[in-house]
Amino acid sequence: MNLTLRIWRQKGPEDKGQMVTYQVPDVSPDMSFLEMLDVLNERLILEGEEPVAFDHDCREGICGMCSLMINGEAHGPQRGTTACQLHMRQFSDGDTIDIEPWRARAFPVVKDLVVNRSAFDKIIEAGGYITAPTGSAPEAHSAPVAKANADAAFESAACIGCGACVAACPNGSGMLFTAAKITQLSLLPQGQPERYTRVIGMVDAHDEAGFGGCTNIGECAAACPKGIPLNTIGRLNRDFLKATTKRAGTPGS
Amino acid sequence: MDLYTEGDPIADTKAPDGPIETRWERHRFEGKLVNPANRRKLTVIVVGTGLAGGSAAATLAEQGYHVKSYCYQDSPRRAHSIAAQGGINAAKNYRNDGDSVHRLFYDTVKGGDFRSRESNVHRLAEVSVNIIDQCVAQGVPFAREYGGLLDTRSFGGAQVQRTFYARGQTGQQLLLGAYQALERQIGLGNVEMNARHEMLELVVVDGRARGIVVRDLVTGEISTEMADAVVLASGGYGNVFYLSTNAKGCNVTASWRAHRKGAYFANPCYTQIHPTCIPVSGDHQSKLTLMSESLRNDGRVWVPKAKGDNRNPKDIPEDERDYYLERIYPSFGNLVPRDIASRAAKNVCDEGRGVGPSGLGVYLDFADAIQRLGRKAIEAKYGNLFEMYERITGEDPYEVPMRIYPAVHYTMGGLWVDYDLQSSIPGLFVIGEANFSDHGANRLGASALMQGLADGYFVLPNTLPNYLANAGSFGKVDASHPQAVAARTAVEERIQKLLSINGDRTVDSFHRELGQIMWEHCGMERSEAGLRKAIDEIRTLRDEFWQRVRVPGDGEGLNQSLEKAGRVADFFELAELMCIDALHREESCGGHFRAEHQTPDGEAQRDDDRFAYVAAWEYTGTGQPVLHKEDLKFEYVHPTQRSYK
Repeated sequence: MNLTLRIWRQKGPEDKGQMVTYQVPDVSPDMSFLEMLDVLNERLILEGEEPVAFDHDCREGICGMCSLMINGEAHGPQRGTTACQLHMRQFSDGDTIDIEPWRARAFPVVKDLVVNRSAFDKIIEAGGYITAPTGSAPEAHSAPVAKANADAAFESAACIGCGACVAACPNGSGMLFTAAKITQLSLLPQGQPERYTRVIGMVDAHDEAGFGGCTNIGECAAACPKGIPLNTIGRLNRDFLKATTKRAGTPGS
Repeated sequence: MDLYTEGDPIADTKAPDGPIETRWERHRFEGKLVNPANRRKLTVIVVGTGLAGGSAAATLAEQGYHVKSYCYQDSPRRAHSIAAQGGINAAKNYRNDGDSVHRLFYDTVKGGDFRSRESNVHRLAEVSVNIIDQCVAQGVPFAREYGGLLDTRSFGGAQVQRTFYARGQTGQQLLLGAYQALERQIGLGNVEMNARHEMLELVVVDGRARGIVVRDLVTGEISTEMADAVVLASGGYGNVFYLSTNAKGCNVTASWRAHRKGAYFANPCYTQIHPTCIPVSGDHQSKLTLMSESLRNDGRVWVPKAKGDNRNPKDIPEDERDYYLERIYPSFGNLVPRDIASRAAKNVCDEGRGVGPSGLGVYLDFADAIQRLGRKAIEAKYGNLFEMYERITGEDPYEVPMRIYPAVHYTMGGLWVDYDLQSSIPGLFVIGEANFSDHGANRLGASALMQGLADGYFVLPNTLPNYLANAGSFGKVDASHPQAVAARTAVEERIQKLLSINGDRTVDSFHRELGQIMWEHCGMERSEAGLRKAIDEIRTLRDEFWQRVRVPGDGEGLNQSLEKAGRVADFFELAELMCIDALHREESCGGHFRAEHQTPDGEAQRDDDRFAYVAAWEYTGTGQPVLHKEDLKFEYVHPTQRSYK
């Protein structure tokens, strides 16, 4: 099939940037979306142009590095699929495809389609862990976990930190990402001691990093390639409310 | 032979003796320690943030060292360990099915085809149980039974169920556990994290590793970072084949730069070809996707009995199907180790019985399992893998059998290390897939996660202090030291060279061609004639690369073509060494199969009299490496012809 691509080109963080049109002929339906971009880039290099910069690594939908807004949808049209796992059989001959970077205040553009998502690391740094220094762990079977809780914790832990939720949110909120980690850890017995200090720390870091507030629109969950459910945000809100009323960190509360 | 020369044998001088089950404990006791007050004055560089690097950086920081961590990805959470699907082995014996530390040790030595060190493997089996405890404490959501206890499953090369897992995302969950521990240390100011940075050179001063030269991939800035010790956790080199299950960015540069500075490279020809990957679909293919080995628990592998039978698989009756693994290996069946399953797939395809458009594929069929257990049970176990398969191929594996073919997956070879995980350069430690130490000539499934975390959480943090205890005598050096300046200048000159060629071929076109040479001649089956041909072709192509490659843009700022060019340049040098290693090893063992050395029924024929050693290669710069042999001794597991029949 033959395609027209309109791609966001931006030389660097200070550059204004613009959409540039490219024709890509003879695209095979078995190609992945990124392989289609590889073909374009090979051609641009030989024509003496700069190839399009985009982030990618594992190309099997798990590392979370790829981050393309395709026709206005984070990771493109196929639900539950990262851009690297999107295949060209989802498109038709003659299509025009718009390709843009994540756009959010907390994710500044580095170059072309590459953005800086280090704000996510800052949120984890502020409490997205269980304090368990190496060597201090008790026997693994000392704390059984009900299967339903283990499964729900796993479901939230499946987040790949790609940032599609932020890109899809009209407010540029990172609440689904934050809530996924909160939910995972608060469903496990090991996560209880830090449960309420964690939620306050992470929400504060989220706000400081420049993410917008959550107004329960739900675009995030619809765009999430890993199907992180929207009710994780409800869990976060409940924990946050409890934490503020309990005065997190006060003994006995 | 003019391809290499032989030097003095090398010995693992740190290797302990005595009863094997007491060696690690005694060694830890005998090692020197660093007083907590002195630890914060010592800086350790860790390159890579996968299971090994992430867990090591976090643990060393917890102990009080000042850690500087580097990764090429935009976040430490994205290292390729994240893509490991199936599971992690541990000798917990929760199933009461006869498992023990000794059995895990035994299975791993045997699985490695008697080309690994007994002491190292035993230590690995010992700490495996601590890893599970550690990960559970961190909140890793392992699969559980209804009673709330941990579930386990079986994996290739073992007859016990010792593999812990988190659906098909075990690597992701373990890595996020390590990443979160690392982020905690970053928040506490104990780790200085440098994402989007690539190590391009090692700084060696007075014979010790004292720093690295890195490039900031966003700004293009080159800087020299000094330390008291350097730890490489930079992963494997499977991308030398261009197509592999590795992430696109995985590369050998950190290891290769260290090799050029004096670190020996051990057993480079030991590569693992994984039997269950999605077949290549066309020339545009940029990577291959693994389907977890756990699928072989329930899927049955088959091809038609007749050559060229291209009927729809559903129309091929039972008695015209060849379930060849079950036929040839009745006791392990579909769960034979990876090297054996891969070669068997190659053999049936070579006979003309392969399936799919290219003829390079075999069926992995779940029809029986779906009938026996119900679709729901299969969905619960493998749902995400089935979805991934359908996304890539457009076929529904609940209805049509999967098509799979072997692909490069893991490299058992790597930088040579002693029992302390120290390379032949003092102060340079190598952990995880980047070293060579535990898997011999073939790695068993679910053992990579075990080794990465063993090295990072439990081994290195107990061996590095013995080296750092003497740090007071190393002498103060900074980035202005002549050796550091020379390393940095070399990096700058190489970048300028790559940018100035301005030829007419892209980096990827060279990489693809190199990969084809390697897959053809240094892949699943190797022969003397093929390897000699490959060495010639690699040398010619490498010369062409340095004359015709085109790297657009400049060194200032993000330049992904420049990053790739540097990595491919190093792959060229490694590729030649791999072929020399494969050529010199005139036997078949594990993932290294030489056509000239097979049993009458086509199994790998080891030659223990001549080749029961680790081949540690020294870089000379003349194109003629020096071979140092480290003899392997087997006191507990007697080498036998591996049989899974």
